Amino acid sequence: MRGAAAGEAVCHNPLTMKLLRLKPGHGEIVLAEGDVEAPEQEQELIEAFRRELDAGMWAAVPLKTPDGRRQAELVKSFSDVPRDAERVIFFPRAAGGAPRTDR
Amino acid sequence: MGLALGTAAIVLVVLVWELARPRAISALARARDELRRLRERSRAAGEVGYDPGRERRAEQRARELLRSCVDERDWAMYRDLGFLRVWGGLGERPPAAGASYAYLIYPHRPIVAFVPQTGTLLNEYCVAFPDHTRPYGSARLPDSDDVLAKWMALTADERRLIEEANMHLPGRQIDPDRIRRDLVRLARWERETGEDAPDIVRAA
Repeated sequence: MRGAAAGEAVCHNPLTMKLLRLKPGHGEIVLAEGDVEAPEQEQELIEAFRRELDAGMWAAVPLKTPDGRRQAELVKSFSDVPRDAERVIFFPRAAGGAPRTDR
Repeated sequence: MGLALGTAAIVLVVLVWELARPRAISALARARDELRRLRERSRAAGEVGYDPGRERRAEQRARELLRSCVDERDWAMYRDLGFLRVWGGLGERPPAAGASYAYLIYPHRPIVAFVPQTGTLLNEYCVAFPDHTRPYGSARLPDSDDVLAKWMALTADERRLIEEANMHLPGRQIDPDRIRRDLVRLARWERETGEDAPDIVRAA
């Protein structure tokens, strides 16, 4: 399994994957959800994944390393997502922040 | 005589109406358009305006998501202290207690790099995750989503995030005294919650 190399996906149901997006004023929203082993559902997940990447989002998969630590992995294509990942989280790409001084 | 006057009055009214009708119709249309614009504006304002209840619910959702992604202890740190510490991964030592450097992640504030062994502040990394679609009129993620985005980017690809950020000397945006106080709070918190963290204790 692809995910095993980087770490174990934070996962309870190994087949159902959710694509989430962080959204201002709302918190996360579910973009798509499906079983990666079901071709039709996997296709929907792939399309939703591409839409978000085309919109300039970053995609991260929360993982658990073999020593039990939590971390994330940035992915650039759906094929990079561990099959057993429970969630892929999309968020706006990083940008150098404004030079605000509020001390 | 009365009949003649009445007829004249009716004719006059009809004439005046015929003359005024085009203007009246266009004035009515303008008023209707204006009313529609006003309604749309007020509906839009209702949708994108600041709503404290909505923001609170968004933050609550964001906190639950953050909690489900980070270590239990990191979650407790954020809940109790309002920031997260992430060990640096590009130094000589592994990214764990005893690492060469670490970061403090604050919501909607720069990421602060420091040396855990001495408490020396290294840099501020100013980074944001603006959502240019501006749902609800704002590009700003809820506080805990901002922390989660920083945590994910930092633990997944530290070098990339640091390259994207604007680097400044400590004190550019966050008062160094505040950071030192936070390091003291962190050391106390770790003592009280039973984590063996000699580096941070010594630094504080």
